[in-house]
Amino acid sequence: MQRSAGAMKRLIIKRLSLMLVMLLGLAVITFTVTNIAPGDPARLAAGPDASQEMVEKIRVERGFDRPLPARFLFYLGQLAQGDLGNSVYTSRPVAQDVAVFLPATLELVLFSILIAVVLGVPFGVLAAVYQNRLPDHAIRFLSVSGVALPMFWLGLMLQWYLSLELGLFPLGGRLGIFDEVPPRITGMITFDALLAGDPATAGNALKHMVLPAIALSFPALAAIIRVNRAEMLEVLGRDYVVNARAQGIGPFRIVAIYALKNAILPTLAMIGLRFGWMLGGTVLVESVFDFPGIGLYAAKAAISSDFEPIMAVTLILGAAFMLTNLLIDLAYALLDPRVRNQI
Amino acid sequence: MTDASLEPRTAAIRPPMRFRETRRAIKTYSRSFSSMLGLVIVVLFLFIAAFGPWLAPYPEDAYGAVDFAAKLLPPSAEHWFGTDQVGSDILSRVLIGARTTLQIGVTVTGIAILIGVPLGLIAGMTSGWISEVIMRITDIFLSIPGLILAIAIVGALGPGILNAMIALSLVWWPGYVRLVQAKTLSERNETYVDAARALGAGPLRVLFVHVLPNCLSPIIVKASMDMGMAILGAASLGFLGLGAQPPYPEWGAMIATGRAYLPDWWWATFFPGLAIYLTVLGFNLLGDGLRDVFDPRQR
Repeated sequence: MQRSAGAMKRLIIKRLSLMLVMLLGLAVITFTVTNIAPGDPARLAAGPDASQEMVEKIRVERGFDRPLPARFLFYLGQLAQGDLGNSVYTSRPVAQDVAVFLPATLELVLFSILIAVVLGVPFGVLAAVYQNRLPDHAIRFLSVSGVALPMFWLGLMLQWYLSLELGLFPLGGRLGIFDEVPPRITGMITFDALLAGDPATAGNALKHMVLPAIALSFPALAAIIRVNRAEMLEVLGRDYVVNARAQGIGPFRIVAIYALKNAILPTLAMIGLRFGWMLGGTVLVESVFDFPGIGLYAAKAAISSDFEPIMAVTLILGAAFMLTNLLIDLAYALLDPRVRNQI
Repeated sequence: MTDASLEPRTAAIRPPMRFRETRRAIKTYSRSFSSMLGLVIVVLFLFIAAFGPWLAPYPEDAYGAVDFAAKLLPPSAEHWFGTDQVGSDILSRVLIGARTTLQIGVTVTGIAILIGVPLGLIAGMTSGWISEVIMRITDIFLSIPGLILAIAIVGALGPGILNAMIALSLVWWPGYVRLVQAKTLSERNETYVDAARALGAGPLRVLFVHVLPNCLSPIIVKASMDMGMAILGAASLGFLGLGAQPPYPEWGAMIATGRAYLPDWWWATFFPGLAIYLTVLGFNLLGDGLRDVFDPRQR
């Protein structure tokens, strides 16, 4: 126990320092992209309508008048202070915008992961149990489609049929116009409304998220089904499962407890990996459903050539992705002693 | 010397062996319904990409011909997929758009392979700081959601189909580095590589004659999958207004234009999306099928 606690601590330190290096690398990438842009970075940051004086002011303010290496250090210094630049489009500091929009996106992604897991794990198990029979074929078809369906098109089709034709769900946005926005605590409206003791608004916020979350969950759903099915197939063939069966333990208990427990770990890792991809997918889904999150923010910024927000979003989503991977790795080590001792 | 003494025997055995291998591969592949479906879709797609302008009933509609008398007509015998807001035939635009889509897929996947495979080989064959640096850079690129980085690059270069292709290529190569590096690492310690070295093969010969051919099958499988994914990525950029610009016949951009006409004129959105879905599905199924053929564990 003592030894493994030490190993865990070493692992955490090692992974944290690696993440610092990766974050630095990420900053190099965003910095490079900013500087490969043809033309004047100061003009890009100032926006297309800025006057020459404003451009010059921004040039000095954002350090664009210095040589490249000095500019990079300046950029790092700004990042360390939490300064992500300014948005021409919203005319606010990007950090402020991100603080407003990021919780909405996190809420959407969490809901979406919930859908993917709640559907994906049982589907994966079912497909494995009924291998090469009708349920397996149907679920595998769903899984292959999940990868191939363009998320934005799926979103539009859901919107067309379920909101416009049947009126089951709202068209888009986060809340209806008559809903009262709960006092901001976490920034996630569902949670804030519950904390404020307003379940009706929370329910309404959830209702607004159903369609975008379904569209967003499809690729992750596909991946979870595939991984879980493959793991279950392997585990179900192991000796201990055969042994359990020979002892007369019921099939449900074998599948749901004996086998699933050992098949779930790789699925967990897949969920972590998918989290990052989902963050990227929010650009598309939020654009379809006009959902005011960081994805829509990035999409609008990209179209209006509003430069600093795009770079900031890239940086934040990259960092979020790294952080999730770190957490997943640590969870893995915590749950599986073999992994822990290897490192 | 050893090479020469082995030559006649291998030469005599090879052709039938190879023939049998191929037959076995075809048999494995054709046994699976979904693999065959993938092949049929991909072949159909390639056919349409090659002959689209001749297959399309109204080819001039793909490049901005306007006929307001025929705007927003529902699907009919004359216009199978209906017409859009300027009266262009959607079937024609979808058929001709296939070529654009194929160009994007081939370019992005091709550039990704050209960058990623050599880097992966170098990282796998050498040890020390060079391989360390390559792998760290790869890891960093892999840690950013690809679509976001592509959007950032297009944001820097400006919207347009060419810039979208450049951006997608720049975010696509790291996957190949990972794949090839892992494969090279496991191959380079195999007995047959040691044997080749012992026979006096230089590092380049080992690399190109012995290691690289053994990396080919996973590269081919990944390339097939990536064709689909790159098409999806380009369509996404087109949908966001960052890729091909209307009236250019690109499926994602067509959906972006068509969405304003939902729900009453649904066909303007429905058919281009269906085309994307089927094409990506085809390349994915093809890749799955190829993996089954190449993967020795399946035999």
